[in-house]
Amino acid sequence: MLTVNVQKMFGGVTIEAAFESAVGVTALYGPSGAGKTSIVSMIAGLLKPDRGRIDLDDTTLFDSEHGIHIPAYRRRMGYVFQEGRLFPHMSVAQNLDYGRWMNRLPRDTTESDRVIALLDLAPLLTRRPRNLSGGERQRVAIGRALLAKPRLLLLDEPLASLDRSRKQEILPYLARLRDESKVPMIYVSHQAGEIVKIASQVVRIEDGRVVETGGLDLLDAERRSMVF
Amino acid sequence: MNWLFEITPDEWVAIRLSLRIAAVATVIALPFGIGVAWLLARKKFHGRALLDALTFLPLVLPPVVTGYLLLIMFGRKGLIGAFLADNFGIVFSFRWTGAALACGIMAFPLLVRPIRLSFEAIDKRLEDASATLGAPPLWQFITVTLPLALPGVIAGMVLSFAKALGEFGATITFVSNIPGETQTIAAAIYTYTQIPNADTAALRLVIVSVVIAVAALIASEWLARRAQARLHGE
Repeated sequence: MLTVNVQKMFGGVTIEAAFESAVGVTALYGPSGAGKTSIVSMIAGLLKPDRGRIDLDDTTLFDSEHGIHIPAYRRRMGYVFQEGRLFPHMSVAQNLDYGRWMNRLPRDTTESDRVIALLDLAPLLTRRPRNLSGGERQRVAIGRALLAKPRLLLLDEPLASLDRSRKQEILPYLARLRDESKVPMIYVSHQAGEIVKIASQVVRIEDGRVVETGGLDLLDAERRSMVF
Repeated sequence: MNWLFEITPDEWVAIRLSLRIAAVATVIALPFGIGVAWLLARKKFHGRALLDALTFLPLVLPPVVTGYLLLIMFGRKGLIGAFLADNFGIVFSFRWTGAALACGIMAFPLLVRPIRLSFEAIDKRLEDASATLGAPPLWQFITVTLPLALPGVIAGMVLSFAKALGEFGATITFVSNIPGETQTIAAAIYTYTQIPNADTAALRLVIVSVVIAVAALIASEWLARRAQARLHGE
């Protein structure tokens, strides 16, 4: 269970977000520039809120009242960025292994084989990020985040940089990921069409504020006029 | 034309000494250079402008001034020199170590600049990515920032080595021109031009320094290309 209640002045916008996310996939839904990425960055520890509190299960990640701010590298958040952010000087295999290495986890070939199979990464392992397509890069980024054994997976518009056919290529992997791994996920998107395929809970964000939270029925109006 | 290739033992001493001084100066300056380049590229702090100015000062000061300042500070009676000599037995004045110090300081701006530029060019978001994967700040630096800055580090080292090889003014002011101890190629050439009938010796050393400089530049170009290719996976 993730509980977020934070305030932050950032780039001229006041972000005031309060929501909870139980098991499964919670979507942060709203137009571009609504502050979704800032909220996810605060959950990851890359951006420090001005005030508030973030809890994940029984761990307090941030609490301004008690001066708690666990740094990003100790939060065990699997962050999949919009543009992948693979390390260009490492092979795909080294990128995948990076989180295990940094967290000093023992080698777990069953788990890495499982993730490699889940995301069809086997043919890519010896390649370098620059020789991958956009869709392949995002699959590697998802695998890299998963193999660090995160407590929560943060997917920040993972499909936004891809064209329509590439999106269709990645979506089934995300659905498989949701069904097969037990890691809870926060899925950020401005596309209702993506969210209905992945998420079960929706937090709608506008102008830095949470406007409403609920089930997929929140998206009904958008789904009718959906172009995706 | 044989005289061109008959390098005398005295000249070999100067050549070996120059190479040693330049290599030691570059290697010892490197960690400081990386640290200063990183501070200047990434950190906002009080005194940043001063550090920037101090780093680049040797480039614009007359070398003889830098040498004289070194003499005042690191000489036997200098504040730092006396302290190091009394406590650690490290003596700079009239030693090859002093020549290495002078060369390291004169070459420092050339070492820092390319490293700083390559730090500035690195996408900081890659460091954020490594943080979310569990890398503490030092490991972010070692596994992401530094490897990505490698071409700049190599360029800085070669420039600094070449500058240290040719350094003359600050070295001769600080540690004088003692054959076998502080007489580098540059100082030896200067000496040969001051005595009659030593033109051929001077010319030989001139050719040697040109050859070393050209070889260093070619080697750096090659290394930088390789590093670049490795980084981008070709």
